[in-house]
Amino acid sequence: MNPAGSQVLFLQAIDWAMLKPMLDGCINTVYLFFLTLLFALPLALPIALGRMSRFKPLSGAINFYLLVMRGTPLILQIIFIYFAPYYLFKATPAPRFAAVTFAFVLNYAAYFAEIYRGGIESIPRGQYEAAKVLGFTKTQTFFRIILPQVIKRIVPATANEVITLVKDTALAQTIGVAELFRAAQTISSARFSVVPIFVAGIFYFIMNAVVDAVFQQIERKLNYYR
Amino acid sequence: MQNKTKIVQVRKLVKRFGANEVLHGVSFDIDCGEVLAIIGPSGGGKSTLLRCVTNLERITSGTILIDGKTLVKDGIYGTAQNQREVCLSLGLVFQNFNLFPHFSVLRNVTEAQIHVLGRSRAEAESVAMDLLAKMGLASRAHAYPCELSGGQQQRVSIARSLALNPKILFFDEPTSALDPELTGEILKVIRQLAEARMTMAIVTHEMTFARDVADRVIFLDGGVIAEEGPAADVIGNPRNARMQSFLKRYSESGAEWKRSQRTGGSV
Repeated sequence: MNPAGSQVLFLQAIDWAMLKPMLDGCINTVYLFFLTLLFALPLALPIALGRMSRFKPLSGAINFYLLVMRGTPLILQIIFIYFAPYYLFKATPAPRFAAVTFAFVLNYAAYFAEIYRGGIESIPRGQYEAAKVLGFTKTQTFFRIILPQVIKRIVPATANEVITLVKDTALAQTIGVAELFRAAQTISSARFSVVPIFVAGIFYFIMNAVVDAVFQQIERKLNYYR
Repeated sequence: MQNKTKIVQVRKLVKRFGANEVLHGVSFDIDCGEVLAIIGPSGGGKSTLLRCVTNLERITSGTILIDGKTLVKDGIYGTAQNQREVCLSLGLVFQNFNLFPHFSVLRNVTEAQIHVLGRSRAEAESVAMDLLAKMGLASRAHAYPCELSGGQQQRVSIARSLALNPKILFFDEPTSALDPELTGEILKVIRQLAEARMTMAIVTHEMTFARDVADRVIFLDGGVIAEEGPAADVIGNPRNARMQSFLKRYSESGAEWKRSQRTGGSV
């Protein structure tokens, strides 16, 4: 078969009956993406501050949490959070989507927290000293002087993590959440064709192109100082 | 000795870092309207002394009063709130400026006025513009610190301190991070402040400048005040042997000394 012919075959294999369930799956994917960011981005801040606390029991406990979240596969965490209530307490499992969102928030907050911590610790001590001598309280110093500078520094690392999140949403199918990749696989096996899988790849690519554009815009906005 | 004319009173200040004692019981006063130069060899404790008095380091024992109010008495500090209030009467200019890079020049000077002193934005901006004009920086009010030269940044940081109307302004080697040709513009500003009877304490290596501008000099060596007195006497006519050898080393080794000889009188 010549290359042009295979291209036609690929395009011919795509029809509305394939795209419709995949677009439906995208809704769950996008929901999971935004809910994870909505909760994980703010939650990561107290986690980062707790990790830096001089109160050992707190920083120790958070350190352990970070180790577990970053040291075990996300897919395993999803399964654990969904099934643990039943196996531990004989409780009825939470709705699948809620369980998977919870797992994503806990996992991503851990990564974001470490990014925040790196950012906070990179601010020179002189900034704290100048703020102290000028009479700012600790809270004012953190929110007015330190945090705005931290945000600028952590944008590239955060962008990395958010791009990974788009792709990680495919793991939600592990406990049967009907997201994009699940839809693609279902159609794939029904049609004995890998074309839906590649189409899903294009979907993820487009979503991440948008994420990338947003972060470039944020970086440009914060570029008014060095 | 009237108590209220003393802006700073330090008694038996001891500072240890672990087992290393840096200051061995230093006592001195700073009078209202006085310019004090703190000089001495590296490692002599000058910067540590300044950081203790400005509450950036916790002292091990001793007493510090700022404008008659107790910052620390016999090694015991008040509440964080109390320390903050006491230190509102002092300003500090850093060696490396420590401006807030994400704020414009104007906002660097207004931020603390608004959020620490509670001034209105309009009042704070008028105070700031006034000070920036005095520093010759009115046209750079909307620039960001990274767009300024070192000398300009240091002048902004002086304006930022003055905006809070401190009773005393401390300088920690204010020209050490600057190119030689930018040193003069900072020394000129300090001279003008001295003429306006601003109370100041300056840690410096600019000997000629110290001699010309300071009323009094403290020579700090090995964590103790080795010599203290009127600037012209201590620098111009040192009696203390360590002070003599310090000045001699300085004049032999230091391009800085030669430069300050050259520029000190003319700025």
